[in-house]
Amino acid sequence: MFDAALLNIVVYLPLGGIALLLAAPAGQDAFVRRLTLGLMTLQLALVAWLYLRFDPTVAGLQFETRLPWIASWGVHYQIGLDGYNVLLVLMTAFLGPLVVAGAFTAIRKDVKLFYSMVLLIQFAMLGTFVAQDLFLFYVFWETMLIPMFLMIGIWGGERRIYATIKFFLYTAFGSILMLAAVIYLVLSLQSTTGITSFAFADLYRSQLPLDVQCILLAAFGLSFAIKVPMVPLHTWLPDAHVEAPTAGSVILAGVLLKMGTYGFMKLGFPLFPDATLAFTPAIMFLAVVSIVYGACVALVQTDIKKIIAYSSISHLGYVMLGLVSLNLYGIQGAVIQMVSHGLTAAGLFLMVGMIYERCHTRELADYGGLAKLLPVYSVFFAILTLASIGLPTTSGFTGEFLVLLGAFGAAWQQYELGSTLPLALASVAVSGVVLGALYMLWFAQRFLFGAAKAPHQPFGDLDLRERAILGIIVAAVFVLGLFPDEPMRKTELAAKQFQQLVGTSRTGVRAAGEPGRGPAASENGAPRFARAGTGSAP
Amino acid sequence: MKHALTLIVLLPLVGFLLNGFLATRFGGNRVGKGFVTALACGLPIAAFLLTVACLVRLQEAGYQPLVDTAYTWALIGGRSFEIAFYFDRLTAVMTLIVTGVGSLIHVYSAGYMKEDESYARYFAYLNLFLFFMLLLVLGRSLLVLFVGWEGVGLASYLLIGFWFEDPEKAAAGKKAFIVNRIGDAGFLLGMFLLYQTVGTLDMDRINAAFNGATLPAVSASLVGILLFIGATGKSAQIPLYVWLPDAMAGPTPVSALIHAATMVTAGVYLVARLSGIYLHAPEASALVAGIGAATAFFAATIALVQTDIKKVLAYSTVSQLGLMFVALGVGAYGVAIFHVTTHAFFKACLFLGAGSVIHALSGEQDILKMGGLARKIPVTFVTFAIATAAIAGIPPLAGFFSKDEILWFSFASARGGSTFLWLVASAASLMTSFYMFRLLWLTFFGASRMSHEVEHHVHESPLSMTGVLAVLALLSAVGGFLALPHFLEPMLPLPAVVPALHHHERTLIGIAIALAFTGLAAAVFLYGGGARRAAALRGRFPLAHGLLLGKYFVDEAYDFLVSRPLLWLSDRVFLRLGDRVLLDGTLNGLAAWAQRTAGSLSRIQTGNLQLYAFLALAGVVAALVWTWAHV
Repeated sequence: MFDAALLNIVVYLPLGGIALLLAAPAGQDAFVRRLTLGLMTLQLALVAWLYLRFDPTVAGLQFETRLPWIASWGVHYQIGLDGYNVLLVLMTAFLGPLVVAGAFTAIRKDVKLFYSMVLLIQFAMLGTFVAQDLFLFYVFWETMLIPMFLMIGIWGGERRIYATIKFFLYTAFGSILMLAAVIYLVLSLQSTTGITSFAFADLYRSQLPLDVQCILLAAFGLSFAIKVPMVPLHTWLPDAHVEAPTAGSVILAGVLLKMGTYGFMKLGFPLFPDATLAFTPAIMFLAVVSIVYGACVALVQTDIKKIIAYSSISHLGYVMLGLVSLNLYGIQGAVIQMVSHGLTAAGLFLMVGMIYERCHTRELADYGGLAKLLPVYSVFFAILTLASIGLPTTSGFTGEFLVLLGAFGAAWQQYELGSTLPLALASVAVSGVVLGALYMLWFAQRFLFGAAKAPHQPFGDLDLRERAILGIIVAAVFVLGLFPDEPMRKTELAAKQFQQLVGTSRTGVRAAGEPGRGPAASENGAPRFARAGTGSAP
Repeated sequence: MKHALTLIVLLPLVGFLLNGFLATRFGGNRVGKGFVTALACGLPIAAFLLTVACLVRLQEAGYQPLVDTAYTWALIGGRSFEIAFYFDRLTAVMTLIVTGVGSLIHVYSAGYMKEDESYARYFAYLNLFLFFMLLLVLGRSLLVLFVGWEGVGLASYLLIGFWFEDPEKAAAGKKAFIVNRIGDAGFLLGMFLLYQTVGTLDMDRINAAFNGATLPAVSASLVGILLFIGATGKSAQIPLYVWLPDAMAGPTPVSALIHAATMVTAGVYLVARLSGIYLHAPEASALVAGIGAATAFFAATIALVQTDIKKVLAYSTVSQLGLMFVALGVGAYGVAIFHVTTHAFFKACLFLGAGSVIHALSGEQDILKMGGLARKIPVTFVTFAIATAAIAGIPPLAGFFSKDEILWFSFASARGGSTFLWLVASAASLMTSFYMFRLLWLTFFGASRMSHEVEHHVHESPLSMTGVLAVLALLSAVGGFLALPHFLEPMLPLPAVVPALHHHERTLIGIAIALAFTGLAAAVFLYGGGARRAAALRGRFPLAHGLLLGKYFVDEAYDFLVSRPLLWLSDRVFLRLGDRVLLDGTLNGLAAWAQRTAGSLSRIQTGNLQLYAFLALAGVVAALVWTWAHV
């Protein structure tokens, strides 16, 4: 009970923080910064406590709060932690203080408003992760959009208006499709089972014919795929990153992109298992295309922020590949890869911000030999680069290795059943490790090595604040690389549940010759089976 | 000492962390340097002694492998990935080489790098390398091996680009890493396939599975070929050998340790370690032997004409590694490891000798600008000469024994030996003898071709360097008597010999000795007397000479066939056509169209805030009414 209350406190703490900030007198920027940092640190401490209390042997929700909200629509205020979100919540809380501290010197305009936006987005992101009711989820999901929009629009670079509109159009387009699909889904649940509910757990039991599932998955999937982003829905991302302030980029790459992959994992795939199975080759194909395409385009960028932006597309491709493999290694790897990318991309974007504050350019050609000029900076940069390309002992390796192991394992099974395409795609994905090394090391070579040059010299190496931020990230990168067992135990049951949900047919029609894919798996599947069998989709 | 094996691995890591974190900051002064040196050299020596202790224990245990499980890396679906170390005869040999030769090269480096401003950073990297190399050879599972495998690649990357201010050196480091990664992709595929079909990554269990009554349901040759792709990267075989010659950009002791004695033999170790697979993979084994022979031959031809002392040795390493793969391909795994060992001795000695020469000549690496050094740096000369004779196969030095066994099995093994294979390998041996004595001659004999300035400064290296050279020269001389194949035979049996060929053994030994002396004679004949005959020969075959000097222009071909198309595809097709024209172009076009058509709707946008507020409120009220009506 106490822990459940604590989870609520964690979520609403940022809102309380906003109230405090707005009440603070004007001109107290230093106070505002410290207050926000303090709140974020407190939030992290609370989340860490919950993380430690989280019992890996319990399937389903923990620290749950469930209150009726809009009773007539069956909407509940329902939040809780489970294996799906526990690591992502921890990562979001972990990045919070780092984002705040990282913006100490960069943001000098409208400081109060800026930190309010950071807190607001933190609130919305945590809410989205912990929400267990689709209505609530959608509210949080939409809330994320606004502060991000403002952050880029107000504190962004020169082409910020173009970037914000593009960002808004893409994500709003996705959201509208999702909203339509949500309404349709709930109404059809109501008409087939008589239950009016937005709860994920109830929606997981809906029975829909394959064609309806396909349309709904397409609507949810587009919304999520835009967020991930998967090629060819990705072009908003590089622009948004380039124009966003550092904090915006860190939040965007660190957490917001995972909303897409988390959405697929928590909603898209398990809600529409049959459609997922039908689309698997296509999703796998797009995941592999994202891996290769993102890496190739990163190779030819000249703006250091764009290199990392495109690398995100490639790395999130691995997450999608792992999820769609439906293989336990692949799913676990996908979760770790999400966290790992959150850490490395956040670290790299922070580092881009640090160099930008010193030199006011992001043109790679203006730099060279930073290892000589900024040795400490370069060590951190090199470590994060290596983590990004999945070098063993870093978090990137854990994620990539398990994803590829799972994807390959699943593809090999398909191959033995006579289908070659997945195996070919998995093999291409494995070759992606070469491209990853190629663009990142070429980047590092031009950036760190060679004759020393930079637009403004001499300038100071990292200060204590910057070293602390990066040191913490690097430590987490190594912990997740060397000792991934403990966190993965917390997610294993969820991974199995995901596997089981997506592996169980819910068209309402028992598929002949496919043992174990009938609807009988759910406890009260039989009556719904009969009802849905009449083909009474609304 | 339950965790002795873990400790062996961790000792150099401690050196890396301490030297990396503390000494780089405080190591500038004399005391700091002493601390760095003591730590950097002391810990590998401790690891060596501990390895010897483990070997004694292994012997006491009747050669039952020692296993030391450090911790569980991951447990997924009830199956665990453990970080465990494994010590048997093969591991013992490899670990002794790595820690033994490694320690010697650390000591040598203390003299060689004395003046370098990044002294502590150098030793931190060198210790890091040892850590990963020990993970590689001691790891029980392919996962741990792979961690070491990628890790040594990292250390190699850092050390090749050690003088990173020179863009060419930084580029060489990157090239090494990328080319290795291409191999690693094959390695990963092989590993995944094994895990999927055998269900474990522990190499002893994999071997057992392939040696069991029912073979795993996977083609051993497919797995073998995929893993061998990894080996071609790390061990510089065709088609992925191109990084090794460039890797000579690193400090010379690094070339000796990483790019000659230890890391590049990792591919050989991998195949020998998984001999259980290759014994059941005749196609993969034939490929291993074929690639090995081709590499041995072509690399040797390139070495014939190179003039950079380190490049000659680099191509020689590629060639010698090729011979090791020939041995693996015909099933003589123990013999390959034997050659790994003797090669570690004489090639480390040669590289360190070359380092001593370069040190004496203030950085000069072109053998055309050397000559007559024998009397000026006598210790370097004598040790270099012994190692040269050893690699050339002059009996009774180390190289003679190991190479002779390779040649014999390439001819007579019942597992794919053939006259053709033997001919190619023998030709490579003949060339080896020639180019090595050519190198020796041009460096140490004849008239001096040094500039007056350089000649004035020539000096013998300090004791820390010459002492190491002496030890390695001694090992190069007597290492052949180690009889390693015999020691390894209980776990790596020698292949059967085709009975009809048995009586040829003496003849073949005779031919091998004759080839070694022929190479020596040819080198002296061509390069003695001012190298006039060599020049004449060059003049008669300018095209062939140009082709060899240009290394068959493989780098250029790769650039033209791989690098440029990839960049073109990424830039022109993906970025410009895909992102900018197709995707953004469509979106921007849609937006423009929307703006035009929305012009008519925009009339309701009067800018009147009260109207907006009223409309918004009306919407909310309507929604509430609708909700209330439907409850």
